[in-house]
Amino acid sequence: MADSAYPISGPLERAPERWSQAAVLEWLNSWFVTVDHKKLGLLYMAYSIFFLLVAGAEAVVIRIQLIQPNMHVVSPQVFNRLFTMHGTTMVFLFGMTYIFGFANYMIPLMIGARDMAFPRLNAFSFWMTCFGGLLLYYSFIGGGGLYGDGNAPDVTWWAYAPLTERAFTRGHSIDYWALTLIITGFGTIGAAINVISTALCMRCKGMTLMRLPLFVWLSMVASGMALVTITPLTAAQIMLLIDRYLGGHFFDTQAGGSAIVWAHFFWIFGHPEVYVLVIPAWAIANEIIPVFSRKAMFGYPAMVAASVGVAFISLTVWAHHMFTIGMTSVGNAFFVLSTMIVGIPTGIKIFNWLATMWGGKIRFATPMLFCTAFVFQFLLAGLTGIMLSVAPWNWQLHNSYFVIAHFHYILVGAIAFNIFAAIYYWYPKVTGRLMSETLGKWHFWLFFIGFHLTFDIMHIPGLMGMPRSIYTYEANRGWGTLNLIVSIGGLIQAIAVLIFAVNLIRSYFKGEVAGNDPWDAWTLEWETPSPPPPYNFAKDPVVTSARPLWDIKHPDDPDWKYE
Amino acid sequence: MRLRPNKSLFIQVVLRTFVVVLWSLGTAIIAAPIAVAITPTNTNIFSPASTPAKSIYDLSLFVLGITGTIFVVVAGILAFIIFRFRERREDDAEPPQIYGSVQVELAWTVIPVLIVITLFLTTARIIYAIQDAPEPKAALDVTVVGHQFWWEFNYPKLGIHAVNEMHVPVSNSQTPTPTFMRLLSADVIHSFWVPQLSGKTDLVPNKVNELWIEPQQTGVYLGQCAQFCGVEHAKMLLRVYVDTPEDFAAWVKNQQQKAVRDETVAAGRHVFETQSCINCHTVAGTVATGRFGPDLTHLMSRDTLASGAMDNTKENLREWIRNPNTYKVGALMPAMQLSDEQLDQVTAYLLTLR
Repeated sequence: MADSAYPISGPLERAPERWSQAAVLEWLNSWFVTVDHKKLGLLYMAYSIFFLLVAGAEAVVIRIQLIQPNMHVVSPQVFNRLFTMHGTTMVFLFGMTYIFGFANYMIPLMIGARDMAFPRLNAFSFWMTCFGGLLLYYSFIGGGGLYGDGNAPDVTWWAYAPLTERAFTRGHSIDYWALTLIITGFGTIGAAINVISTALCMRCKGMTLMRLPLFVWLSMVASGMALVTITPLTAAQIMLLIDRYLGGHFFDTQAGGSAIVWAHFFWIFGHPEVYVLVIPAWAIANEIIPVFSRKAMFGYPAMVAASVGVAFISLTVWAHHMFTIGMTSVGNAFFVLSTMIVGIPTGIKIFNWLATMWGGKIRFATPMLFCTAFVFQFLLAGLTGIMLSVAPWNWQLHNSYFVIAHFHYILVGAIAFNIFAAIYYWYPKVTGRLMSETLGKWHFWLFFIGFHLTFDIMHIPGLMGMPRSIYTYEANRGWGTLNLIVSIGGLIQAIAVLIFAVNLIRSYFKGEVAGNDPWDAWTLEWETPSPPPPYNFAKDPVVTSARPLWDIKHPDDPDWKYE
Repeated sequence: MRLRPNKSLFIQVVLRTFVVVLWSLGTAIIAAPIAVAITPTNTNIFSPASTPAKSIYDLSLFVLGITGTIFVVVAGILAFIIFRFRERREDDAEPPQIYGSVQVELAWTVIPVLIVITLFLTTARIIYAIQDAPEPKAALDVTVVGHQFWWEFNYPKLGIHAVNEMHVPVSNSQTPTPTFMRLLSADVIHSFWVPQLSGKTDLVPNKVNELWIEPQQTGVYLGQCAQFCGVEHAKMLLRVYVDTPEDFAAWVKNQQQKAVRDETVAAGRHVFETQSCINCHTVAGTVATGRFGPDLTHLMSRDTLASGAMDNTKENLREWIRNPNTYKVGALMPAMQLSDEQLDQVTAYLLTLR
């Protein structure tokens, strides 16, 4: 609404009056100057999916290089850049952007508002993040410093010091990395402030905090965590740049600096960061599972408390990434305990999802297929997380393919699955058309099979001693066949994602017209037309429970009687 | 407009397959470590050959038991839900709306707390047993220094400087002779990981870490650097030779000797000592006292070259000297641009350094 003078066209107007050059240019320009939350949400999502495909391509090359021992598909230098860029891109350019893509589009609609609290900050945050990502990829061309060394960063995505100091990393590759993280960090902070302010200050009449849709609650929690956790990362990047260019020695061990301080700073950011990435995935599941089970969320207050609890406790667990770095036994024991404790509210959430599905009438449309698989995969990932929290066992599993399998179980098995679920769920709202169920099921089953083939098997090389970050491995280790299966699963997933891309594009033109509420859901966004008009709601809504549309559809049995 | 599953038979088949997959995965979680243990590999964390690795292995079985049980129970509930509560026919009536239950939610909070307490106490005990184990008098002391991309093993009490392949004596329960290592780094963070002997510990520059092993069987144990340290991190391999006490004593005696001085290869020694080899390498008893690269005094006592990158043969050695990038792109040893004659001579010289 903040964009247009007259509320007459939505952001995805498909049939403009004339396809003149001026009309097209004006349409393009509207995307660059927009401050409308829906357009910015779509920009974030397009950016996110683009970098998902880029980082996915990097992963495919990695898997081809590792398919058998002693392959020479890429050189060691290129391989090291590939996995560094894969990790950095997936976390910062895919993970941190999908969060704000969904949040920006959905939160005002879910709380009955007309836009986010700060539309211009919204645009600024997106374009900062966008620029950061382009800067990171420019490093492929511009990273060469003195002597032509340097290229894209090749020091792993957590970039331990002193490998990143000038003595060991020449050229500008690491500088591009540090600057990108600082710049995208500003984008994240702006977006996070916006989400929290909007959810706290712009709710419609009757929507108390305990009637907030859980998607909004968890987006708020994730944003609060992002605010806290970006700070140590930015500080660490600035210290690194001071070391590299201003004669600092924070992490320069040759001058008495400390490599361990970098590890602490990075993981104090890095652990809450992964919760920032996964909490919005839980947020999505919290919307989809009740609707497709035809039941209210079981234990709404406990879900809020568990999510907030996870947020706070996750600030105390970071050194479980550092069990091997040489902390004292007391230090190690503390982080074992805090990590196991964070598993308790996480487990509670799984039980609540199961209890929501229990006694329901579950419809296995594509969004629910993805969410059900998510619950299963999240359970497994949580259990391998408990295994990793046992410090002595961690001394074997750390930096092995077991860890890679564990975190990809979350990143793909929980986050990517939920993102797919969310796209299938909200695509009708955003575009006015449903995605194809047939293609959706093909996408789901191929992706499910490929995912499990890759990441279930991937635990085993870790148990058999295969470390991570290696461009090849010896033939006598016995890891070859397992890596072959892992790589094949990766290719199957790639095919599934291609089917998804086809579905995404095809449904825009040929999908079944959706109407306001194709899923018979209960939150406010389903009250608006599909796609919503720029002003979202013609009249400010008034809600009487956490499920306003349920109350309207079931006036004899409304939620507010039971809350 | 509402969506419904298309064909109920299709869904049935699909859901049954899903459940089969579920149970297979559960079995796999329990069976995987067994399968891994009986597979003849040599870096298997489920084939411990040393006391700390065995403690970790026992703990891991306990944890697998608990997590495996949790998986079977919870995934079983999920499978049951998928079957029992799926929508069976076009049915407009909504099911009963249940908003919560204090007793149920309390139960599934208390039980995880109890599990966490059990796991934590078990884990803490093993942490102390391994990390704070006292060093017996008969223990062997080794100082490990990590370099990009090779390992230095110094035995201070024995006056030995070994490279890439560490020899230790086997221990037995009557007279335990573990090996206690101090871990240092000359440049960036590395990590010492030989899975059958112990968990890994990092080598952090400007910090001294400690790690001990107590191998119970003789043999060769493989491992590699487990913390990304630069271009050739993947080729920073490790070999630990667990010898009988007699073999170990013989190895020590050999390593304590100065370099073999064979006059038939004097030409090669001359090449070695007048090129800048001596700036990086040490050959005990000669003018070569460089510390940046590996000690070559007993080069031919090793089975591999370049920390495991290739076998120690004449051809590999010559090619390595000619151009290290053939085997290890990014190794810090430069190609010395020697002529063919110089290469043959210096290779012949190095081949005498047993």
